[in-house]
Amino acid sequence: MQSLQMQLLHLLQEDCRLTLEQLATMTGSSVEAVGSMIDEMERTGVILRYAPVINWDKTARERVEAMIEVRVTPQRDQGFDAIARRIYRFDEVKSVYLMSGAYDLLLLVEAHTLKELAYFVSTKLSTLEHVTGTATHFVLKRYKSDGVIFEGKEDDKRLVVTA
Amino acid sequence: MSFDPTRYLNPAIAAVPKSGIRKFFDVAATMPGAISLGVGEPDFVTPYHIRDAAINSLLDGETQYTSNWGLLSLREEIAYYMENRFGLNYDPKNEILVTVGASEGIDLSLRVICNPGDEILIPEPSYVSYAPGVVFAGGTPVPMPTYEENAFALTPEAVEAAITPRTKAIILPYPNNPTGAVVGKEQLQKLAEVFIRRDLIVISDEIYAELCYSPEGHTSIAALPGMRERTFVLNGFSKAFAMTGWRMGYICAPAAFCDVMCKIHQYTILCAPRQGQVAAEQALKRGREDGYADVARMRESYDQRRRLMVKSFREMGLSCFEPLGAFYVFPGIQKTGLSSEVFCERLLREHRVVCVPGTAFGASGEGYIRCSYATGINQLSEALERMSTFLKHL
Repeated sequence: MQSLQMQLLHLLQEDCRLTLEQLATMTGSSVEAVGSMIDEMERTGVILRYAPVINWDKTARERVEAMIEVRVTPQRDQGFDAIARRIYRFDEVKSVYLMSGAYDLLLLVEAHTLKELAYFVSTKLSTLEHVTGTATHFVLKRYKSDGVIFEGKEDDKRLVVTA
Repeated sequence: MSFDPTRYLNPAIAAVPKSGIRKFFDVAATMPGAISLGVGEPDFVTPYHIRDAAINSLLDGETQYTSNWGLLSLREEIAYYMENRFGLNYDPKNEILVTVGASEGIDLSLRVICNPGDEILIPEPSYVSYAPGVVFAGGTPVPMPTYEENAFALTPEAVEAAITPRTKAIILPYPNNPTGAVVGKEQLQKLAEVFIRRDLIVISDEIYAELCYSPEGHTSIAALPGMRERTFVLNGFSKAFAMTGWRMGYICAPAAFCDVMCKIHQYTILCAPRQGQVAAEQALKRGREDGYADVARMRESYDQRRRLMVKSFREMGLSCFEPLGAFYVFPGIQKTGLSSEVFCERLLREHRVVCVPGTAFGASGEGYIRCSYATGINQLSEALERMSTFLKHL
């Protein structure tokens, strides 16, 4: 049996529109206990926001995504944190990870057009002090993200009524 | 004179009625937009690592028969699992038989014990196959109603009262489909005392053993003193591991019983399908390593939905016994004045929600409906809303 916190997080991750009453019933707790646990998690940054998972490819919006490997020179006392902060402040940068292996930072970058993205890499990212190299990989198709399958859906294949 | 095939049929078998579930299936299948709470199987797909094991087995060319008993490596995993989860000790060599679903287990166990005229006690409401299985085996089914006021559990007094000199065995269907009832250890001990004193064989259908929401969890009657020797434990992978379509079950019983069951199995089935066995073995192997995490994850999700269902039905003003097992709630609809069947038919036609009338599970199911909560939370919420509207306008 998971703790109340874990149960709430998993339920909210699945569907953050569940009401406090529903969450309380489903976890066998009181509305008050669930409410204060969620407040606490919001306050301490366990829950950062409630956002839908969107398949932008099904919208009219023009959009290019790329994964960019970045090699940097770590700074004395700051390691990679200072340069990561410089990078993640750009609106184009959706995710930043510090990686083990052949490069240091992995970015997920989003722009409206290819040109815009190329401009970002060549003029903003590559020119940053301590950035020693980049390799840009364009995303062609998103199959699955955050545990959600994007292309096609696994239908309910069960018979309508069974014993 | 034209040829009449029915003249050649075995009348006892021809007379067994078709499942009451079937009728609903036929109506529901023609209704677009219907939400089904009538499904008796998990809404999870078999975990991928299990499917992957079967895929790899095919890629490796494992397409041959296995031992009649099932793969020894699978039986060893089952032996470990039964000991680890339920404290039961069975020898994988001659006390565990891998079957085509627990359904085959019902058939085999009944066939090896039934002599013509032997009476088999069947607590009801319960799964639709028991009584027909007894008839097919040449025995006489004796239904024993259970009641909401006893939490749909079997009482020692009711068992005593139902026993005649012809009574051979009893089917113990807990956790129960359709009521969701469980029988705790204390109550089981009282029942075991009667079973031993009155020399009954017990066929314990424990297919829902892993879906038990009481803090003490499931107790197998075979774990109680004096019961192992007279008990057939039926179990399988369908409910615990979301593997219904694989048709993988097993029977644990003393060697003398297994030996005869294996004879029928050998001559009629030969062996359970190999890829199913490989998949089942993977399910248990991974479980042994991670503490049966797949099962725990699914159980918790069912438990959350179970609470939501019970609360919602009670808010609608229906009597709703709290089920502590399986994935069904069995609310009482007596106050509507409708029969279970009419209630379900109208609910389906007028509000497009499929439930199964309690009478499909025995006459004592009249006044109740079975609602499965093995369905996504959004669908459940929508179905509950529709039912609430239906009740308000009755």
